[in-house]
Amino acid sequence: MRLPCPHCGTRDVQEFTYLGDANVKRPDADEMSEAAMTRCVYERDNPAGRQREYWHHSSGCRAWIVVTRDTRTHRIESAERARPLVED
Amino acid sequence: MRYSVFTLAAQTLKGHRGWKPAWRDASPEPEYDVIIVGGGGHGLATAYYLASQHGLSNIAVLEKGHIGSGNVGRNTTIIRSNYLLPGNTPFYEFSMKLWEGLEQEINYNAMVSQRGVLNLYHSDSQRDAYARRGNAMRLAGADAELLDRDEVRAMLPFLDYDNARFPIQGGLLQRRGGSVRHDAVAWGYARAADRRGVDIVQNCEVTGLTIDADGIHGVETSRGPIKARKVALAVAGSSSRLAAMAGLRLPIESHVLQAFVSEGLKPLLDRVVTFGAGHFYVSQSDKGGLVFGGDIDGYNSYAQRGNLPVIEDVMESGMALWPGLGRVRVLRHWGGVMDMSMDGSPIIDHTPVRGLYLNAGWCYGGFKATPASGWCFAHLIARDHHHPVAAAYRLDRFATGHLIDEKGVGAQPNLH
Repeated sequence: MRLPCPHCGTRDVQEFTYLGDANVKRPDADEMSEAAMTRCVYERDNPAGRQREYWHHSSGCRAWIVVTRDTRTHRIESAERARPLVED
Repeated sequence: MRYSVFTLAAQTLKGHRGWKPAWRDASPEPEYDVIIVGGGGHGLATAYYLASQHGLSNIAVLEKGHIGSGNVGRNTTIIRSNYLLPGNTPFYEFSMKLWEGLEQEINYNAMVSQRGVLNLYHSDSQRDAYARRGNAMRLAGADAELLDRDEVRAMLPFLDYDNARFPIQGGLLQRRGGSVRHDAVAWGYARAADRRGVDIVQNCEVTGLTIDADGIHGVETSRGPIKARKVALAVAGSSSRLAAMAGLRLPIESHVLQAFVSEGLKPLLDRVVTFGAGHFYVSQSDKGGLVFGGDIDGYNSYAQRGNLPVIEDVMESGMALWPGLGRVRVLRHWGGVMDMSMDGSPIIDHTPVRGLYLNAGWCYGGFKATPASGWCFAHLIARDHHHPVAAAYRLDRFATGHLIDEKGVGAQPNLH
């Protein structure tokens, strides 16, 4: 599998470190509760199909990126820089 | 037909023309007392123990493909009970005891071979950690021996004892560990369950769960709806997909784990050996092939095939342990989809939906657990309370903080 880094172009997956589901959001301070934190830390959709996920280009430009990938076929739909998405 | 030396002799005289299929290819009835979703090792064992220990017989096992086509036929066939934590050790030791009596119990040759599992250590601190693990095992009634370098060398003279980075200093040996022919486990449990009246329905995919405010009432399948008061999920690899049909999100990610087998060799390795400085383990099958494996690929995957970087990593670890492996050719490799739970330990529990039970999250270790998993899951389904040795495998432990984090890496499924 190769990932299209927005900065470096298509690179081997060995250059990247995986974090997981990019849809997980830490609850805001005013919505913080044990149940909300449990959902954030432990529970995952784990879809068979399209998933948005965080990868770190740890042996490359060291940027965090969000890759949209099919978990059944490893087909890559897109890869974007994570920072603008997180700052939304 | 009961299998014995006499039936074998009688069949031999008749030219082996009288063997009957080992289980019926059942069609689904409209209603059952218990439906088990998933015809793998755990599902079939659960059905068998529900029938043999709890007197139920109106049971169906629904399997999407054919039985044994999932992880029970994709693992590396190792059994052991060398766990450290109190939530795990009694469960896996119970499983080991069930393995020891399994073939007589189900009248099926599963080729249970207690050839010993040896975990190598490569540093003083790792020796201390293994000594602690061995003591925990012995306190729980399992067997463990701490071996020094010379004792290991006498057993396995061909390993690389003077590796510059990872010299072998010794190992923790569990003599009762070993390997079992994995397909025979699925077939043996299927035959034994079938003989007690369980319907094993193959090519029957569950497409939905019938749930209302009172709980579950049955399942929708590719072969029509089937009613049941109790539905039990034993579909590791796809647990999240089935649970999503009930509106549940599980503390699980699906990851692919690869395994490898070499060309057949003459008898060479009479134990299961694990490398302590990387993730690599190897044993020799009765056909002569070396069976080995390592880490998961590390990203969510439902593809039953992996990628090359992990293959390279496994081969490098193997070469660091046993340089002679470089002369051996790999014959084939494959992948299976694991339920990687958030703390690396399984779940055998009720769900918030009344009548829906969950057996999931087996990570790397589902095969060795097959008998105890079936036994404890059957206990839960029949009696609605946890079996004592599986009481820690609760679904709510992630919310309450009672994690069973054997590797101590936290909520990182790809690191367990």
